[in-house]
Amino acid sequence: MEKREMVARLADILAETSRGLPDFAVMEVCGTHTHAIARYGLSALLPSNIRLVSGPGCPVCVTADETIAQALTLARQPATCVCSFGDMLRVPVRVQYPEGETGLDSLLRERGLGRDVRLVVSPLDVLRLAQAEPDRQFVWFAVGFETTAPATAVLLRQARAAGVPNLKVLCAHKTMPAALQALLDPADSKPAKQPIRGLLCPGHVAAITGANAFQFVPRQLGLAAAISGFEPEDILAALVELSRQLHRGQPGLRNMYPAVVRPNGNLAAQGLLSQIFQPSTATWRGLGEIPASGLSLRPAWQEFDALNGSLSPDPAATVCPVAETKPSACHCGPVLRGDESPLDCPLFMRACTEANPRGPCMVSSEGACAAASRYGTGGAAVRLKEHYRAGSGAVSGHNEFRKEPDIYG
Amino acid sequence: MDEEISLAHGAGGEAYRQMVQEIFIPGYGSPELSQLGDSAVLPGPGQSGELAFTTDSFVVWPLFFPGGDVGSLAVSGTVNDLAVAASVPRYLSVAMIIEAGFPTKTLQRIAASIAATAQKAGVRVVTGDTKVVEHGRADGIYITTSGVGTFDGGWRRPDQQVRDGDVLLVSGPLASHGVAVMAAREQLEFNPPLQSDARPLAGLIRSLLASGLSVHAMRDPTRGGLGATLCEWADSSGLCLTVQEDALPVRADVRAACALLGLDPLFCANEGVVVLALPAAQAAAALACLKAHPDGQAAAIVGQVTAGQPGLPGHVSLDTGYGTLRRVTLPAGDILPRIC
Repeated sequence: MEKREMVARLADILAETSRGLPDFAVMEVCGTHTHAIARYGLSALLPSNIRLVSGPGCPVCVTADETIAQALTLARQPATCVCSFGDMLRVPVRVQYPEGETGLDSLLRERGLGRDVRLVVSPLDVLRLAQAEPDRQFVWFAVGFETTAPATAVLLRQARAAGVPNLKVLCAHKTMPAALQALLDPADSKPAKQPIRGLLCPGHVAAITGANAFQFVPRQLGLAAAISGFEPEDILAALVELSRQLHRGQPGLRNMYPAVVRPNGNLAAQGLLSQIFQPSTATWRGLGEIPASGLSLRPAWQEFDALNGSLSPDPAATVCPVAETKPSACHCGPVLRGDESPLDCPLFMRACTEANPRGPCMVSSEGACAAASRYGTGGAAVRLKEHYRAGSGAVSGHNEFRKEPDIYG
Repeated sequence: MDEEISLAHGAGGEAYRQMVQEIFIPGYGSPELSQLGDSAVLPGPGQSGELAFTTDSFVVWPLFFPGGDVGSLAVSGTVNDLAVAASVPRYLSVAMIIEAGFPTKTLQRIAASIAATAQKAGVRVVTGDTKVVEHGRADGIYITTSGVGTFDGGWRRPDQQVRDGDVLLVSGPLASHGVAVMAAREQLEFNPPLQSDARPLAGLIRSLLASGLSVHAMRDPTRGGLGATLCEWADSSGLCLTVQEDALPVRADVRAACALLGLDPLFCANEGVVVLALPAAQAAAALACLKAHPDGQAAAIVGQVTAGQPGLPGHVSLDTGYGTLRRVTLPAGDILPRIC
């Protein structure tokens, strides 16, 4: 079947299976889902009673200001090179410098000022760089979930095997289940703004953790759950499954990505993670401190910790994050919690654009704000079938912002 | 207008447009400038016919990248601006700003590249200028080229307005230049390396125009990529341009790199691609003509132009291939500065 036809049929099935359900929201946890939904205009295919809400699944977005300030501090050390993924370099943080001044800083800005900050596409590139320049300290600014942490683990194993002394890690890896539990726990007194009834669980994370790691979603949180792949047809099929569960009144967990996700996951990757890392409390942007939601180095690997060794910066040289004052603060926190959509943020497409981002959700290509800016949200896309049926020869996407970008105001 | 000029003002997006409209056009006040074409078309002296005239500066970093260098780029960029105005590129000037301490060998390499590319494009470098500034006051070398073209081909000249019923074609794979320069700058080791598409397109465009097709609009989509060119066309015509995402030619390695780097090929720079609009009835002939030329083998029909809806300004939509249509908007700035 042609993909367009398959997607059209799934959209019709979804309209059928969700009929009669009260309005509800589904949180797509993973940033890659957010991106795919916006890019393919899937919201146009949804029945009017389903709303998709972005969750805390963009690793760049959830990295806390404190952590980025640590990376900035390290980048300002002499003969030190900080390496990270491209999006991470662009996240702006309001900081106070050791000299007392404050300003918006980012790793990319530090690079512009002549500091050694490099973009890599794989953690293993850092090993190659460190071996090529033995007189320089290399710091791998490690962000990401269960999907990227194994690569950091491999990097450290190889660095130890090769006896590379000038490679350290600023470890900000996080794990998904604990964060979801903290965010969506019904026992939490904070009333949710949106009635989230189902979860589109992240297929790539589940490939590592195993499907069973998400059993807590129906059992403890009482939410419908489906593990989904990333193609439009995968996402629609998962939504069909969620609406069926809601109709039955029996939330469950269904693995809709069995080609990649096994019940117990990737045991080799899990073994690697537990060899090098241990669970620790982590600070998430928007969610705060969550116990056991981060990965820190085990004692046997402490020698690689950038904050706990020879690199340890002089307290007098530390860059500290400064809380944004209310009017200029972006709403990345509520957006990451799913309480707000990017359109609810007063800075969105005004003071905060892809070219001049104010918050990480606009920086990362997986962020909800960047997806909304680039591809539109909500009513941005139109379904072609309805369009042609309306009898208009012309085809057009709507401008759902109802405001043109006002970035100069 | 912003208080300060930022990289966004050089990126060919909305900020750039505002700078041109508010500072340069009212400031210089010449009617030729407000054509805002790739080249200005000027009356020649006496009965000698019109001339096309254009200029462009090149600050690409790194100076050498797979598939090209600042020299080949400086010639191709200006030649292509002349060619898409349907002129025959004839003469170039080359001005350089060089930082003291710049290796002579590197300068020789760049000069040789300029010469080779000019020969390939059929233009002659007839004048030039060189300034040297203190070390640290420039980044190696900046090059400005200006070019003159003539209209003695006898071809029908596009009025650079797309029309209802037109189809949109591109002559080759998109995004190759922007992604190749980005990869070279960041030392991202793709294996084999991503190649820029930088090349003069005078020959390709000549064969297209000489075949008698009535091209309505033609552009080389450099900064801002195909997306920015289409948004401009939609804006100036008030029509709807719809692009089929499935139909956009992008090399598999470039597509993979874009996915890895979070870039949209629609908005990445090209230096060896021409996009054109012509009547649907001529689409097949134009496609065959492009494909027959070595620089146009990956040519494709990528979209069509339809009448706008009453009350809606002209705009660009993208058919995702999944039965949905989304709006394409002009990027507010460039994620990849200094690619040309």
